Amino acid sequence: MDDFLAARSQMALSLGFHIIFACIGMVMPFFMAVAHYKWLRTGQQVYKNVTKAWSKGVAIFFATGAVSGTVLSFELGLLWPTFMEHAGPIFGMPFSLEGTAFFIEAIALGFFLYGWDKFNPWFHWFTGVVVGISGLASGILVVAANAWMNSPAGFDYIDGQYLHIDPIEAMFNDAWFSQALHMTLAAFVATGFAVAGVHALMVLKGRNILFHQKAFRIAAIFGTVAAVLQPLSGDISAKDVAKRQPAKLAAMEAHFHTEKSAPLIIGGIVNEEEAQVNYALKIPGLLSWMAHGDSQKAVTGLNQIPKEDHPPVAITHYSFQVMVGLGMLMMLLAFIYFIALLKKKTWLSGKWLYKLFVIAIPMGFIAIEAGWMVTEIGRQPWIIHGVMRTVDAVTPMPGIAYSFYIFTAVYISLSLIVMFLLYRQIKMVSKIYDVHDDELTIKHA
Amino acid sequence: MLYVVIAFLWASIWLYLLLGGADFGAGIIELISTGENRNKTRHTMYRAIGPIWEANHMWLIIAIVILFVGFPHIYTTMSIFVHIPLTAMLLGIIARGTAFVFRNYDAVEDNMQKIYNRIFVYSSAITPFFLGIIAASTVSRKIDKEADDFLSAYIYSWLNGFGITVGLFTVCICGFLAAIYIIGEVNTKEDKEHFIKIAKKMVVAAFISGAFVFLAAHLEQIPLLDWIFGHWVGNIAIAAASISLIVLWLTLDKNKDILIRLLAGFQISMILLAATYTHFPKIVLLKDGSALSLIDEAGLNKTIDSLAWALLLGSIFILPSLFYLLYSFENKKNTRSELRH
Repeated sequence: MDDFLAARSQMALSLGFHIIFACIGMVMPFFMAVAHYKWLRTGQQVYKNVTKAWSKGVAIFFATGAVSGTVLSFELGLLWPTFMEHAGPIFGMPFSLEGTAFFIEAIALGFFLYGWDKFNPWFHWFTGVVVGISGLASGILVVAANAWMNSPAGFDYIDGQYLHIDPIEAMFNDAWFSQALHMTLAAFVATGFAVAGVHALMVLKGRNILFHQKAFRIAAIFGTVAAVLQPLSGDISAKDVAKRQPAKLAAMEAHFHTEKSAPLIIGGIVNEEEAQVNYALKIPGLLSWMAHGDSQKAVTGLNQIPKEDHPPVAITHYSFQVMVGLGMLMMLLAFIYFIALLKKKTWLSGKWLYKLFVIAIPMGFIAIEAGWMVTEIGRQPWIIHGVMRTVDAVTPMPGIAYSFYIFTAVYISLSLIVMFLLYRQIKMVSKIYDVHDDELTIKHA
Repeated sequence: MLYVVIAFLWASIWLYLLLGGADFGAGIIELISTGENRNKTRHTMYRAIGPIWEANHMWLIIAIVILFVGFPHIYTTMSIFVHIPLTAMLLGIIARGTAFVFRNYDAVEDNMQKIYNRIFVYSSAITPFFLGIIAASTVSRKIDKEADDFLSAYIYSWLNGFGITVGLFTVCICGFLAAIYIIGEVNTKEDKEHFIKIAKKMVVAAFISGAFVFLAAHLEQIPLLDWIFGHWVGNIAIAAASISLIVLWLTLDKNKDILIRLLAGFQISMILLAATYTHFPKIVLLKDGSALSLIDEAGLNKTIDSLAWALLLGSIFILPSLFYLLYSFENKKNTRSELRH
């Protein structure tokens, strides 16, 4: 494996690992806060149990996300020193603010996890909310930094020099809003569906039904509301990408030739050599409409972009299809759930609904990984779009492949351990939180 | 504004050494203890640092962010030439951080605990060891930007006697800080005596490894003595550190928990001051005789200004809440132990 490929793989692996933990770590606190709120309001023990059980999950994910995030702040330099040398001073602003947000999150989590029965209950509740808000702020800031790589701003690039640096302008680059919105919603969708699905599974197994039903409902509502909003933010993102990164859009859609009333390509097998997609379903005019809001307008194809600036088409296209497809399925499930909640209460006691949520457990996270691949691979061959090529940014140190192997082994074992721990947490629910129905309304002091 | 940024950089390294150091040290003490004492260290430590353990390690991230935003050339030079120990330290951080959480949040207590514990204690020692090596590489003039073979560019830049002795010294200092900290956290006389003994051992170990640092520096022709004793600030810092060590030794068993913590912290701060003052503002000394200076390598004004404002703004939020966190858990602990009596 050559060093460049190894460096890219290691970065992809580290981010792909971190993104899951970061999403769960920033969304779960909100679920927790709702359950906690219900406990404080109603005094039903089951909500306290749900809060406590979830807080353990949060602790595990937060810590894993924190260490993998620490690793990333070093890896940027270890793998891409040339990039960091120039980009650091320009896009560093969100990172310095993120330091603060993350620090507050760590402090608030300290209060929350260790503060049971030690503080005023509402202060304690509030620290949990702060965990969520600062986690969300961290996520948005980091995405803003990534958005800068797609939409460089806040400097003038003249004769290979980075002049007139303005870190604030860099932070509020054109892509930050659409990317941050899309990522935040994605985090809620993925975590909501995954958590709801796990509790749905336990309901189906008939264990601690009340506990798992309450937990399911909170997670499912968060996930489904976000799933319905997500396509809207996807539309904003698509229009944004069409404007700033036509090559990325063309790769996402495997759109090889510029044409008016461009069709949306669904499925198919990409043939990059011959610049065509076989066996695909084509919906005329839809791509033009998605990109420009006008089904007649021309969409730039890869033929208008110099060959050396093409991103890998096939993988970007497939990833995009996976993301959109899963997003649609989850939206559909969200609508079914809404109908059940508002019109057909009988559906809520049907096993089939829970089964659907169980099937959806991994969907959100697969969609996140796919979407992440779209934005990162679709940006290639650039590390800073239009300014610096990824290949020029890599470290001169040889032997990165070994580093990649080590990190792969570490991340795989960590993932396995975390899954093992969660499995044990869930298995222990019946022992730790076994509540009989008659004990449900014990008043808390 | 540049000096604000530099002050924050120094402060975060200092706090990481003190707080993160005590945190690593707790694992180191656990590593060298046996049987019942090992469990006692574990439980005391969990109670004492549990609420703040995440915050302790944030200082490292702050320092890194300051480096890559404000002084990118220094950050990238280190990233390239000290890649290997940095990676080793990162693996230590991953192992330690996750093992700590896993052992406290695993719902089932079984043999897995032994595995978590083992990972935790070894990584607690390995991580500061590599931190010491990395720190040593900044001043040992072994980083050679012109090197054209793998060994001299990426290995000899950090692997030498001086680096290893500084690494061991760092490990001892961490153990020392943790022992002093834990003395104030245990309640029975017997426990206190036990940790006082450990603290004394750690002082001796730090002293011996410190002597080896000077010996190695001499063999590697690093003028460490000149740096530390060649300037009045260094002299005063070392004198202050020595006096506080003597006072500390004498008051260790006098039940003055706060005083000994302050003395230990003061002493470590003086050592850091003596080690960094002579070179300031140079932060990395290179083989060709040149050096990377915090003044010359600083980014443009606008970057430094916004970084300084971000840091100042951050401290308005962070410091009060951090103090409140420390204060309230210290307070709650006391009220609880009163109830027990």
